[in-house]
Amino acid sequence: MSFNVIMFYLFSAIILVFSLLTITSRRILRAAVYLLFVLIATAGLYFLLEYQFMAAVQLTLYAGGIVVLIIFSILLTHHITHRFKHPDMTKLIMGASVGLVGSAVTIYTILTYPFPQATTVTELPATMENIGTQLLGVEKNGFVLPFELISILLLAAMVAAIVIAKKEKDKNAEI
Amino acid sequence: MIEGIPIQHFLIVSTIMFFIGVAGFIMRRNLITILMAIELILNSVNINFVIFNRYLYPDQLQGHFFAIFVVGIAAAEASVAIALIINIYRKLKNIDVENVNELRY
Repeated sequence: MSFNVIMFYLFSAIILVFSLLTITSRRILRAAVYLLFVLIATAGLYFLLEYQFMAAVQLTLYAGGIVVLIIFSILLTHHITHRFKHPDMTKLIMGASVGLVGSAVTIYTILTYPFPQATTVTELPATMENIGTQLLGVEKNGFVLPFELISILLLAAMVAAIVIAKKEKDKNAEI
Repeated sequence: MIEGIPIQHFLIVSTIMFFIGVAGFIMRRNLITILMAIELILNSVNINFVIFNRYLYPDQLQGHFFAIFVVGIAAAEASVAIALIINIYRKLKNIDVENVNELRY
């Protein structure tokens, strides 16, 4: 058994265990830290697949950006010692049954679908050069239109977040 | 492609992660934990995009780019959601989903 295979099963075990802990932990700050472990293990999977750029994006944006944002909002809205009550029994049963049935059906489909084996095409390595030329390319395999769309989306989201979170001016206050 | 690991193993991992996220979305009552469940779901979808690209179409990078765009959209969604959550907390002093219907006009 090669080292790659061992690392794959290690990362998979980390992902599964900590994502289960994320939704069952009763302390919300611990749930956020477990989510961080899940995201870092996912970045490890991308490194195994030799998609270094994707792994770097995962580490900086997800593990570095979103988790820090979530932790800040937890600290703004919760007491640090706060513990959740146990969820209702009906919700617990509903959630668990949806998860079990859905994953059973999907795994059955995956295991019975005949995936094509061993493609013979030449691999295109995900180097920075290929990623850059395709991300801003306008010919075949060019992605400049979604790139521009997502830049506008990010600008709109940034403006929206600032406008929503801004404190309203007190209209009765003296200037 | 990793030697010795079939595509099905990756897909099973991402499937279980997706449905853990769905179960958390149903079970939890706190808005921030629901947001964390959504992040789990988006992350598992990202793994699927990258795996299909790597194993089935290694001569292109389309799944790779879609995964990058999904990460961008997840960042935008998280920032807007957290702005909303902080605003709700300011008005209601509480961010459980049962109380949010007080915002109805």
